Amino acid sequence: MWVYQKMLQYPARVRSTNPRLAKVVITQYGGPDGELAASLRYLTQRYTMPIPEAKAALTDIGTEELAHMEIIATLVYNLIRDASIADIKRAGMDGYYADHDKALYFVNAEGAPWVASYIQSKGDPITDIHENMAAEQKARSTYEYLIQLSDDPDVTDTLRFLWQREIVHFQRFGEILNLLHDYYGRQHVFDMKGWDPKGGQ
Amino acid sequence: MNAQQKEMLLRIMELQFAATELNLYLDTHPDDMRALQEFRMRSQELMSAKMEYERVYGPLLNYGLGMTGRTWQWIEDPWPWEVNWRRS
Repeated sequence: MWVYQKMLQYPARVRSTNPRLAKVVITQYGGPDGELAASLRYLTQRYTMPIPEAKAALTDIGTEELAHMEIIATLVYNLIRDASIADIKRAGMDGYYADHDKALYFVNAEGAPWVASYIQSKGDPITDIHENMAAEQKARSTYEYLIQLSDDPDVTDTLRFLWQREIVHFQRFGEILNLLHDYYGRQHVFDMKGWDPKGGQ
Repeated sequence: MNAQQKEMLLRIMELQFAATELNLYLDTHPDDMRALQEFRMRSQELMSAKMEYERVYGPLLNYGLGMTGRTWQWIEDPWPWEVNWRRS
């Protein structure tokens, strides 16, 4: 089960109302390389992991991604909370406003809703961990583009924190991949115990 | 949220981050005794900082895992997305 902690993982600061910035940052809420996708990907892959380190890492990283989703939601919420209709129109956020007012919804920067096909759960642990390493790199790149687009130094500060977390998660998944290779290496020898490496049977 | 509450909460967030980071590291390095020792230390500090905070401001955790006083403080504002963390 899960419990909620009544605090953010990082103090997400916003300097001023900025629906233009909210419109792009929201992609890390419901976009292809966003935090919802990351969290659900890891939490659904963990069931078929064969080694304890992988089950733990997917549970813990998947849980941390939920906290990142909350940080992104906090940024978007505070960037648009005090925006006027004129601000929203000027920022090109009127399409979003027509469907959602200022509520949080899972969309990418262009307004396309989140879909499960953003993620995969393939059953082969080596395949899944490769997917996750790619996902962390894609999220890292997205944060770099958002940092380039950000004109609010406080928002940039939080984006930099999240950017660093992608790098740490990539590192942990790389270690899991090595552990899986060790595990299958041992399995391989065990499964082929009748096989003589010198060539005889 | 007043300055003292913010300061206490920020300290908890820092300790929580240290514990989270060590937790992930230990998931792939379960035999690293130095990291384990560091985790145990941070975890102790985190628990006592949370207890001190909760005694005054109410539970940080739901479902009975936080400290509950004589009133139901769990529903009290502000919620995490409503706290103004701007340095003034």
